[in-house]
Amino acid sequence: MLQYSIKRILMAIPVVVFISFIVFYIIQLPPGDYVSSYSAQMTAAGEVMTQEDMDQMRANLGLDRPVYEQYAIWIKKIVLHGDFGFSFNYNKPVLDVVKQYMGLTLVVSLVTMAFQYLVAIPIGIYTAVKQYSAEDYFFSGISFLGMATPNFLLAIILMYLSYTWFGDPLLGLFSNEYVNAPWSMAKLMDLLKHLVIPVIVIGLASTADLIRVMRGQMLDELNKPNVVTARSKGLSEAKILFKYPTRAALNPIVSTFGWSLSSIFTGSTITAIVLNLPIQGPVMYKALLGQDMYLAGSWLLFMALLTVLGTLISDILLAWLDPKIRTEFRGN
Amino acid sequence: MTTQTVQAAQTGKDGQPLLSVQDLKIRIKMDNGTMHAVDGVDFVIKRGQTLGLVGESGCGKSLTSRAIIGINPKECETTGKIVYDDESDSDLDLLALDPKGKRIRSIRGRKIAMIFQEPMTAFSPMYTIGNQIVEAIRTHRTKNKKEAKKIALEMLGKVGISDQEKRFDQYPHEFSGGMRQRAMISMALSCNPELLIADEPTTALDVTIQAQVLELMQALQREFGMAILLVTHDLGIIAEMCDEVAVMYLGKIVEQAPVKELFYNPKHPYTKGLMKSMPRLGGEKSVRLESIEGSVPMPIDMPPMCGFYDRCKDRIEGVCNARAVPKTYISDQHTVRCFLYTGRQEGEPS
Amino acid sequence: MRTIPVFRRTRTQTAKSAAAKDIQISSQWRLIYLKFKRHKLARISMYVLGFLYLVALFAQFIAPYGLQSYDSKYVNASPMTIRFIDSEGKFHLRPFVYELKSARDPETMRKIFVADPEKRYSLQFFVKGEEYKFLGMFSTTRHLFGVEEPGRLFLLGTDAMGRDMFSRIVLGSQISLSIPLVGVGISFVLGLIIGGISGYFGGWIDSIIQRIIEIIRSFPTLPLWMALSAAIPPRIPIVTMYLYIVIIFAFIGWTDLARVVRGKFISLKNEDYVVAAKIAGVGNTKIIVKHLLPGFLSYLVVATTLAIPNMILGETAMSFLGLGIRSPATSWGVLLQEAQKIENVALYPWKLIPLAFVVLTVLAYNFLGDGLRDAADPYKK
Repeated sequence: MLQYSIKRILMAIPVVVFISFIVFYIIQLPPGDYVSSYSAQMTAAGEVMTQEDMDQMRANLGLDRPVYEQYAIWIKKIVLHGDFGFSFNYNKPVLDVVKQYMGLTLVVSLVTMAFQYLVAIPIGIYTAVKQYSAEDYFFSGISFLGMATPNFLLAIILMYLSYTWFGDPLLGLFSNEYVNAPWSMAKLMDLLKHLVIPVIVIGLASTADLIRVMRGQMLDELNKPNVVTARSKGLSEAKILFKYPTRAALNPIVSTFGWSLSSIFTGSTITAIVLNLPIQGPVMYKALLGQDMYLAGSWLLFMALLTVLGTLISDILLAWLDPKIRTEFRGN
Repeated sequence: MTTQTVQAAQTGKDGQPLLSVQDLKIRIKMDNGTMHAVDGVDFVIKRGQTLGLVGESGCGKSLTSRAIIGINPKECETTGKIVYDDESDSDLDLLALDPKGKRIRSIRGRKIAMIFQEPMTAFSPMYTIGNQIVEAIRTHRTKNKKEAKKIALEMLGKVGISDQEKRFDQYPHEFSGGMRQRAMISMALSCNPELLIADEPTTALDVTIQAQVLELMQALQREFGMAILLVTHDLGIIAEMCDEVAVMYLGKIVEQAPVKELFYNPKHPYTKGLMKSMPRLGGEKSVRLESIEGSVPMPIDMPPMCGFYDRCKDRIEGVCNARAVPKTYISDQHTVRCFLYTGRQEGEPS
Repeated sequence: MRTIPVFRRTRTQTAKSAAAKDIQISSQWRLIYLKFKRHKLARISMYVLGFLYLVALFAQFIAPYGLQSYDSKYVNASPMTIRFIDSEGKFHLRPFVYELKSARDPETMRKIFVADPEKRYSLQFFVKGEEYKFLGMFSTTRHLFGVEEPGRLFLLGTDAMGRDMFSRIVLGSQISLSIPLVGVGISFVLGLIIGGISGYFGGWIDSIIQRIIEIIRSFPTLPLWMALSAAIPPRIPIVTMYLYIVIIFAFIGWTDLARVVRGKFISLKNEDYVVAAKIAGVGNTKIIVKHLLPGFLSYLVVATTLAIPNMILGETAMSFLGLGIRSPATSWGVLLQEAQKIENVALYPWKLIPLAFVVLTVLAYNFLGDGLRDAADPYKK
């Protein structure tokens, strides 16, 4: 088991390195470089940079060197100093901006993930047990609609409904009076209230998908001979259901757990822009519109690394849950 | 190996009826009609004895055996009576019980246990063998974990699994096919059942392992004194194991007799065909194995006629395909469903 | 193989057995077709998609107005009702619409449009309108339907610039419906080649390709699309912009297809009939083309169909954010930009109509993919 985990972690290292290549490439993508963007900013602020100033700055930053050396400088700064570059939009180091928004980004992502699994697994089991019943068709219909509606528009519709029913579109993550207030019970409740729409909107598509996967797995497992064996032993139906098919059907679900992080980031990016949530989405969006590439690239890097971490954890979890892999590494 | 079961300890109520299946019918609704998978099956299983149920795949023998403990899928509409001689109620109709209820569950695994064809898939790959055996014991015999484990280890020893302590904590995929079937038998017998239903117990095993497992079953039957319902398509196994044989074809029992009578004096054309298709030791070398022409039809919306009509060499047109075939008594213990024989028929006084 | 006799009392026996015989001698593709025909929802979806693509093909002809046409008199006008009976209760065989005149909502004092029964315009077919190139081949001014000038026809209302929503939806469908097809087409070719190489050769080639796929999949799709689209230079010709976006979609799309191809390749490689062919001395190319391809082409078609909805949703999302298709070109996502503000949705709910088309298309592709998936394995129950 330990052997497997170490092997799996080692395999993730080249992946991380390549991800940093891609992110660096993307940072370099837009026409112009850091210095020309910077000088545009300065011009807007009323100061003029001469060509010599710009060349000087390029030399200082190493921008006149070949691409691979620039990459080396970039990655060295990150690894050694935690320096991800400078954000024009926020006028502070990228890391500070990331820190400011990472907390709530993770809260929204993790709550959404919990929501997905807590909703999808029971519904998947239920619809499999009651295959072809009215409830089964109802949930199938809902999941199809959930997969087909772009989540940002669902956000608008829910916002509109919340506005007409409760008189509050529930924009953002906090009501005005709590935005700058210190943490308290009331603020937490306020946050939870504001989380309802985002979590539903972000999670719906993946939840719909998960329900279908879980239902399919359960239908497979319910027809397996080991269920008949369990029944022939005289176990109660409830015990059979949870001990045999459910346990076996959960395995492939666990393996989706890492990837679901990536789909949550996708969903939350656009939903957060529409709902104006103080998380990663709008920050990255504004950064891209303003070609603030160090900030945008760093967010991309963080999200990809979190996904790699997620898949790493779910792979190890899967191995631990699957007796075949677990016993493979057991000494005789 | 000889048919040693006959010498089984004739103690107490041995030979008394334990379970009788009466007019069992199983229908399955399909897209294109209703399939009469089992169509009026009767037989009696006696204490301490072995009844063989033989037939081609799809003849309804597995459904029949599973109907006894009510574990067929819910699409199967089952009628008839399955009377079980229980301690508390000698006239208990198992079919009348709620298939999900407590009463039938107290019989499943405890009084009537079952072993299956595919020992790989019959165990869940997610739990250790020990876990799955102990589960049966803790359901019926003792709530105590330690005691249950002790019984399980003892049973594993009885079925010839050495190094039980280690085996107990292993998963099904770490067992060989024969080992798994042994473990399956130990699980089935862990609660001392009165009847063991064995559904093609050796079909998935190598020939040499087959013989070992069959021998083991016989030895355990002698030790525990249970009855066995052996479902198989293999006449060789029937000859070795059984006291009595019922031959099934297309949902009906076409012939039923004690094992020797059936082998030396088969009556139904189908039974005769089966015998001829079986290789024999010491037979004349030049004799070719015969096969039965045609294949088994699907019993969907079948008119009242002999199901073997299409494949039968001795069919009588206008008779065999005109009405349902009654059960005819060749002797007290030998019955056949065929118009070729005359004698006392079912429903007539003896 | 012999037929399995079925006992039946009913007269349908001959018909049924004919059908049964049909099944037994059918080729794999025929089996797939037969199975697909029985999947009602998938069949309906196929017709729906066929209709949508037909409309997209003849969009310039079907849309009463062009992309640039606007009328500042009618800003945010509500959809018109097509009528047969006029305000005096008289029935007209030819459907007509009333001209819209602006008025004020008595309660909110907001500017609204109401029908003016004084001015009636009949709906006409093949009316003269703006000039366009029919299928890009010859110029014409005829449109499928419309009303005589100076009348206006706004079937689904107008947007904030007074442009006809119906025309824009129809014209926008050209981009919204073709981007996913082209994107998936590129992914399909990439996936087939790369996945095939990975599955057929195995070993270290396979490991490297698998790692690359894992790396690309580690990026959340939308943020990666967004970041890549930042590289699209502003103010470029529509065709170039279109190509950029398609390539960005295909860049991620191929990974899923490559995984399907690889998985199938590996499982088929060890099938008895392939091994038999190999032992018989059949060459590599012939094995791939004759034995492996037919074995999983159907699965690949399914995977491709099911990949389309994601591309549609992706295009909609990107254009909605202003990072995808940009005006003057239009797509359903661009049209939905106006629905970004909740006030717009509340006051002018018809601005959500493009959403219905997105949902319809995505659902249709999903059902079609489902039907194909069931049909792809004709031997499975």
